[in-house]
Amino acid sequence: MVSRTTDDYEKLALAGCETICEPAFWAGFDRASAQGFYDYFRQITEYEPKRAARFGIKHYTWLCINPKESEDLELADDVLALIPQFLGKPNVLGIGEIGLNKNSRNELQVLEKHIQIAADYDQLILVHTPHLEDKLKGTRLILDALKNHSKITPDRVIIDHVEEHTINLVLDQGFWAGITLYPESKCTPHRAIDMLEAHSGERIWMNSACDWGISDPMAVPKTMLEMKRRGWSPTAIQRVAYDNPVTFMKQSGKFHLD
Amino acid sequence: MNTWTPPVNVNLVDLGFMDSRSKLIDLAAFLDRVQRVGQEGDFRVAALKQAIQLLAGDQPERARNILLSFSDPSMEPIPKATTQGAVGAVPPALG
Repeated sequence: MVSRTTDDYEKLALAGCETICEPAFWAGFDRASAQGFYDYFRQITEYEPKRAARFGIKHYTWLCINPKESEDLELADDVLALIPQFLGKPNVLGIGEIGLNKNSRNELQVLEKHIQIAADYDQLILVHTPHLEDKLKGTRLILDALKNHSKITPDRVIIDHVEEHTINLVLDQGFWAGITLYPESKCTPHRAIDMLEAHSGERIWMNSACDWGISDPMAVPKTMLEMKRRGWSPTAIQRVAYDNPVTFMKQSGKFHLD
Repeated sequence: MNTWTPPVNVNLVDLGFMDSRSKLIDLAAFLDRVQRVGQEGDFRVAALKQAIQLLAGDQPERARNILLSFSDPSMEPIPKATTQGAVGAVPPALG
């Protein structure tokens, strides 16, 4: 987790976390060149797995240029050209987190190019949906772009950061949905549990945001505790916190727990 | 196969009332605060006041409806992203 200290790996290990997956995302600032992304891809495919392994945690990752840095098409093309050489790394599960940020034409163009790479190399896709007022529109545009590609099957795509107004759009069209736990935006533990209950935990995973903002890597274990307080059985908790993400990620052919 | 087991009944009011009460008072205090300093005309405050009315709905769709009220309803991509952040409500130029 490039945006976190090593202490966070230790906390996760103490909470029983066995595996994490880290999407390629914004670095807290805009990178000036594709070389910066090359180094970043090495960091998340070579260095972070070693840092996680010190605490017995397996580390998987996803590759892309994130939507926040996709307005510059020339930079985006240079970064996209780097991705195939990293797809063979043992901890790379697919393309992500791709998507939209401000729902611009250039962001959409770069999203479509990522989708093409995923199709060409038979990769899973992890999608970031925009924040706040931009989420509904962005989710609709993303779903349209995915459905427009004949080689993309919804069961190999997870649409992340869903909320109450977007989750039905995602699940009704056969995609997986991700609920991101975040203190200020996105979703709280109780809202996540409400959505999971409303959809019987089907094709949904939840994740802790671990980014540059005020976020909490322990959000998933804390939500599991709230599930227990709300009368969830150990089997139901196991299903949404563990079995569901394992089922989705195993489709990559690389994900394993031992 | 769907192996979903619904949770057993617990008293959700016991679990959530005090937290919700606290957040509602915080919201009221925020509206008082911005009014005292003459900032209640901000489009975000207006959006908040509009969303509050949806709390009075009688269907268990309040969270969804409030999120929809804060959302950009348009469908066309914008020509260019000139900022990276979101503000939480639709700015007047887009609404």
